[in-house]
Amino acid sequence: MGKVAIIGVGQSAFVRGYPGSIRELAFVGFKGAMQDAQVSVKDIDASIICSAPEYDKQRSPSGVFAEYFGLIPQPTCYLESLCSSTSMGLRMAYSLVKSGLHDIVAVVGFQKMSEISSAESQERMGRGADIQWESPFGTMMPAYYAMFARAHMEKYGTTLDDLALIRVKAATYGQINEKALFRKPVAVEMFSDPDHFMSGPVSSPLRVGDCCANADGSSCIIVANEEKAMALCKKPVWILGLGAASASVNMTGRDLFTGLAVARDASQQAYKMAGVTPKDIDVAEVHDCFTVSEIMAYEDLGFVKPGEGKELIRSKETYKEGSIPVNVDGGLLSKGHPIGATGGSQIRTIVLELRNEAGEMQVKKPEIGLVHNIGGVGLYGVVTILGR
Amino acid sequence: MSEKKEIDDRFKKFGTVSFASVTKVNDFIDFLEKDKVMGTRCKDCGVAFFPPRADCYQCFSSDIEWFEISGKGKLLTYSKLKYAPVGFENDLPYCIALLDYGDYKIFGRIASNIPEDKIELGMEMKVVVNKLPNGQLNFVFDKV
Repeated sequence: MGKVAIIGVGQSAFVRGYPGSIRELAFVGFKGAMQDAQVSVKDIDASIICSAPEYDKQRSPSGVFAEYFGLIPQPTCYLESLCSSTSMGLRMAYSLVKSGLHDIVAVVGFQKMSEISSAESQERMGRGADIQWESPFGTMMPAYYAMFARAHMEKYGTTLDDLALIRVKAATYGQINEKALFRKPVAVEMFSDPDHFMSGPVSSPLRVGDCCANADGSSCIIVANEEKAMALCKKPVWILGLGAASASVNMTGRDLFTGLAVARDASQQAYKMAGVTPKDIDVAEVHDCFTVSEIMAYEDLGFVKPGEGKELIRSKETYKEGSIPVNVDGGLLSKGHPIGATGGSQIRTIVLELRNEAGEMQVKKPEIGLVHNIGGVGLYGVVTILGR
Repeated sequence: MSEKKEIDDRFKKFGTVSFASVTKVNDFIDFLEKDKVMGTRCKDCGVAFFPPRADCYQCFSSDIEWFEISGKGKLLTYSKLKYAPVGFENDLPYCIALLDYGDYKIFGRIASNIPEDKIELGMEMKVVVNKLPNGQLNFVFDKV
């Protein structure tokens, strides 16, 4: 069996209050990827629709989207693994294509979070954890990741300023990404200015500036087998390695609070399958839902040893000109985080980088890129390695 | 005439807002009402569970017994919330935390009368039952 490629990528701008329905929002990403791949709806053999449920009213969105996209009567289904849904969708598309069942599969991610309030969405996200034993205490995503931040700071001496530096880097690139929600510059000083919104307490030790924002958005990835990719696409990007793992949903079942075990497990699988090591990665997208998440990702992916993540951001090695550029599209912190669309956006950025089509965000001639996409509080981890 | 079957929904009393009402470990609530926080242990292979489980994934036995959480645990990590999800606004501010008992860990809240500057990772704490203002029950971590 041959290789599997990504032949088209697309995403909508990530915004607050998208003025349209979910099918219309999802169509933006789909249309972008289809035009990028220069294929027609007749070429798509199946579609996988990805999001986290309960942010909008539609049950089983796959049928609705297939109809709106003109993908009837091809098979379609809905897939979710919270914030890692589209990366998990890509993994499933890879299996469908690799098995020979289908030639070309579309993976569509979407989320329209503006239909509910911020406090309501925190309640939804909290219920992505253990609703029987944890949610009754009043949990939410920032509070869980704050527990990891506190443990990391205590064990390794990571500081609040180190966390702020992650946001400063994100804002550096958010300003040049036209798809990003947050496009203003950020300075470390804002985090210690009590009058600045960035310093506002959310869940100690995390502040407003440490958290990504809810957004509406969509993304799409077109996956093809080797034969179709060679025939249809000038610059196919190959899927070299895939890793995925799960962890105990209840924090009581975890042993690690200074990193995410799922990211360590998934990246080891992906490196092994691709036959590469962390040193071979030229550009990476990591799941920076919170500033601390990016520091943990540096360590979990093996870019540095556990505890040394702070050195990587202090020395600016993860900037575009550094030894391992990370999130040069602004990351979740600048782009916003429309849950089901995020993985597809991360994959799109790496595909554009590997095709040397990333514009102002382009890093110097990357050969191999990595996508780290996490669902829930390190509940699901998906790592994808792509190559030219 | 058929009698209406009574639903055992005791678990709806757990926490400020409960998201489950029917579970095979509903007795957990009766123990809370008697000031006891209890875990379960598999009678066949002996593995201890907190939170309580009705089924053992190690040996697939559903023959479980209750044991009381006693003694001290060590504070692994915590966070103080200044912003709450829908339904928890009146509890603010509050700390969620994780206590390590060695064989198992417990997720809960830190007692609201402990100021944040008196909280240190690694400190020893104990679990106590807590009655919430709205009549609900949960448990909190208190000073030893």
